[in-house]
Amino acid sequence: MKKNRLDTAEAGVSLTSLSEFIDRARPLRNAQSLLMGTLHHTQELFEYIPREAVELISEKLNLPTAHIYGMITFYNYFSLKPRPAYQIHVCKGTACYVSGGSRVLERLKQELKIDVGEVTPDGLFGLNVTRCLGCCGLAPVMQVNEDVYVRVVPERLPAILNSYRQKGIRGKASTRVGAFEHPGQSRYDNKRQATGRRR
Amino acid sequence: MNEKKVTLTIDGIQVVARADATIMEAAEIAGLCIPRLCYHSRLSEAGACRVCIVEVEGMKNFVPSCCTRVAEGMVVRTNSPDLLKARRDIVELLLDNHPEDCQTCARNGDCELQTLAQQFGIRERLYQGERKHFPVDISSASIVRDPDKCILCGKCVRVCSEIQGVNALSFSHRGFRTNVGPAFDLPAAESVCVNCGQCTLFCPTGALTERDDTEKVWQALSDPSKVVVVQIAPAVRVALGEPFGFQPGTDLTGQTVAALRRLGFDRVFDTQFSADLTIMEEAHELLHRLAHGGKLPMFTSCSPAWIKFCEHFHPDFLENLSTCKSPQQMMGALIKTYYARKQGLEAASIYSVSIMPCTAKKFEAARPEMKASSFQDVDAVLTTRELARMIKQAGLKFSELKPEEFDDPLGESTGAATIFGVTGGVLEAALRTAYEAATGKELERVDFNQVRGFEGIREAEIDLDGTRIKVAVVHGLANTHRLLTEIRAGQRHYHFVEVMTCPGGCLGGGGQPRPPQGTEPLDRSFYQKRAAGIYTIDSRKIIRQSHKNPQIKQIYAEFLGTPLGEKSHHLLHTHYHHRTPKGFASIREEIFNL
Ligand code: SF4
Ligand code: SF4
Ligand code: FES
Repeated sequence: MKKNRLDTAEAGVSLTSLSEFIDRARPLRNAQSLLMGTLHHTQELFEYIPREAVELISEKLNLPTAHIYGMITFYNYFSLKPRPAYQIHVCKGTACYVSGGSRVLERLKQELKIDVGEVTPDGLFGLNVTRCLGCCGLAPVMQVNEDVYVRVVPERLPAILNSYRQKGIRGKASTRVGAFEHPGQSRYDNKRQATGRRR
Repeated sequence: MNEKKVTLTIDGIQVVARADATIMEAAEIAGLCIPRLCYHSRLSEAGACRVCIVEVEGMKNFVPSCCTRVAEGMVVRTNSPDLLKARRDIVELLLDNHPEDCQTCARNGDCELQTLAQQFGIRERLYQGERKHFPVDISSASIVRDPDKCILCGKCVRVCSEIQGVNALSFSHRGFRTNVGPAFDLPAAESVCVNCGQCTLFCPTGALTERDDTEKVWQALSDPSKVVVVQIAPAVRVALGEPFGFQPGTDLTGQTVAALRRLGFDRVFDTQFSADLTIMEEAHELLHRLAHGGKLPMFTSCSPAWIKFCEHFHPDFLENLSTCKSPQQMMGALIKTYYARKQGLEAASIYSVSIMPCTAKKFEAARPEMKASSFQDVDAVLTTRELARMIKQAGLKFSELKPEEFDDPLGESTGAATIFGVTGGVLEAALRTAYEAATGKELERVDFNQVRGFEGIREAEIDLDGTRIKVAVVHGLANTHRLLTEIRAGQRHYHFVEVMTCPGGCLGGGGQPRPPQGTEPLDRSFYQKRAAGIYTIDSRKIIRQSHKNPQIKQIYAEFLGTPLGEKSHHLLHTHYHHRTPKGFASIREEIFNL
């Protein structure tokens, strides 16, 4: 699985810098009040909060990982997964909805084999819904990163997606720093897969 | 503590309460038990469930009585019609997001939510909204977590953090998706959970329960090719009666043996026999470490959740753990070797069950280290609660059973083994033997009252005829975490420390019957009754020191040789290893005393 991979050396550098950040801040405040700032810093550093970072923070601040995880998942700002290269927003505002926005969404789910809020395993696409992008006259509307698509019909979608596939991960506008693949990731990426209903 | 008093009126009754008391506490004085779900007197206040709301004159809204302080002249009503309706609405809203499967729930009949619904006279489901749906976590050998039944009271989160210091659980996500679980939503088996089961005592619903292994055992019992052997732990006999209406602490050893035979177990042995054996090995190990400069302090190793705690949180102390296996595992190893040989049985045909006050014993039995007989030494572990269920399923009239005796030769035990079930007991039992082994003299009094009691950390100095050794007893893992931290920092110095995971020791184990509704888990006087039961059994025994147990002498003569000998080493001792994820414990500000 190739996942938005930057080389591990770079990841190591980011973890070291996070570690130094905590060391600098540690004398200033108690662990609990440092946590929020540290998580913000981590999010900025990696564009998400990798599990290694949580474990590092936990060790450095002597705070339980369960507690930190609770904090991370409470705030929308923090993300536990690397951001996809291309975030798709499908409008489900009233105008888009009545002119077929939900069919667009269904088709995207099919094409990408993911649900709303998820990211494809290759890290390329993420799928989200949004309320009104402010161009109702052109409904249904969809946005991929900065690109806006209007009057979308489901049949056009494979071609649109392919154009991004061709650009690949490196083709997107902003470059990511510090994201990396790490061994524990799949375990919580696809969370609760290891637990199952009885019978 | 604030000694200032205030006077207030609750439902027309004048009450004088401490100025820092909550309305709920003041109401107790007035003889009222306000309904509650998230409150526990020994945990921090949460104010999460709002079932405890009351009306306070002059306040616009109802206030939660569990976390609102009293004030001079306050006028409180706890049962106005509006209030009752509001409380009822709250319970109905909880039910709205709760599965409708009471009949098939492990807590059917002893669920606090069910009781409230019953008390409030809720006869239909008025609200029918969307329900949360999460998978059940069955990854753990000990604990099953069914988030759909969780009402988010947070008691498990608090007991795991505040009493046990483990912090395996936390609230995560937000709003409708709020859930309680381990970090990264990992399955419990991959978390720092040590399987102590305290959360299963605190959970008001069926969201956290012991893993039910009764089915496995019923299967084995009906399998004619199996010889099903069972052992029972010391703390079980003083608590098993509770679900059948006996007072806590009632000694039901004989009835338990009889019940097990009636259920179809072929041999009934006593874990107390192997507790005596543990003492033989552990006392000699202590003397050996003292004489040969071994790692000190030596920690007892019979509480499996403590072992896992040490592996996750304090790996630098692993060498301080006694290498002795727990009595359950010693017995397991002997049944499939010594006993099998003696009886001409195939070890493979033996199905070995143990009845324990403990959920962590399920995990322990499944550990890869526990295959001394080249089979899994113990095949199934049932908690006291599960055994009570089996007895009920079989329709046995437990209270009418005539007491019976254990089978020979693994059924004979001393008073020293009985007290394994209470905090301080293992240490006391070890001292009773170590003293005589070290000095060659007879102990005048076998009672070591210095190490008894319910304070979280107790210490004593014992004179082994000239050599003074410092010992300590600790129970509850948050207390243990503090003790270890202070030992590491050089603030405390001991030779020998007894560690019990659960407050009170095994008698307060996570697999014991829950106290009846209206009595909280960790209730001191409730636990005291169980402890008194244990000490009574000990004091009535003629033999009260492990090394005087004739069957123990016999097994050394016939089979084991000497304590710490070659055979013992192979069957009765083991080593533990550092475990990930690494855990970060929390310490309470004060030592937690039961
Ligand atoms: S079993 Fe013990 S350690 Fe595990 S979650 Fe429950 S209270 Fe915490
Ligand atoms: S699992 Fe049980 S104890 Fe924990 S929050 Fe849910 S209902 Fe409360
Ligand atoms: S018991 Fe008071 S809010 Fe839950």
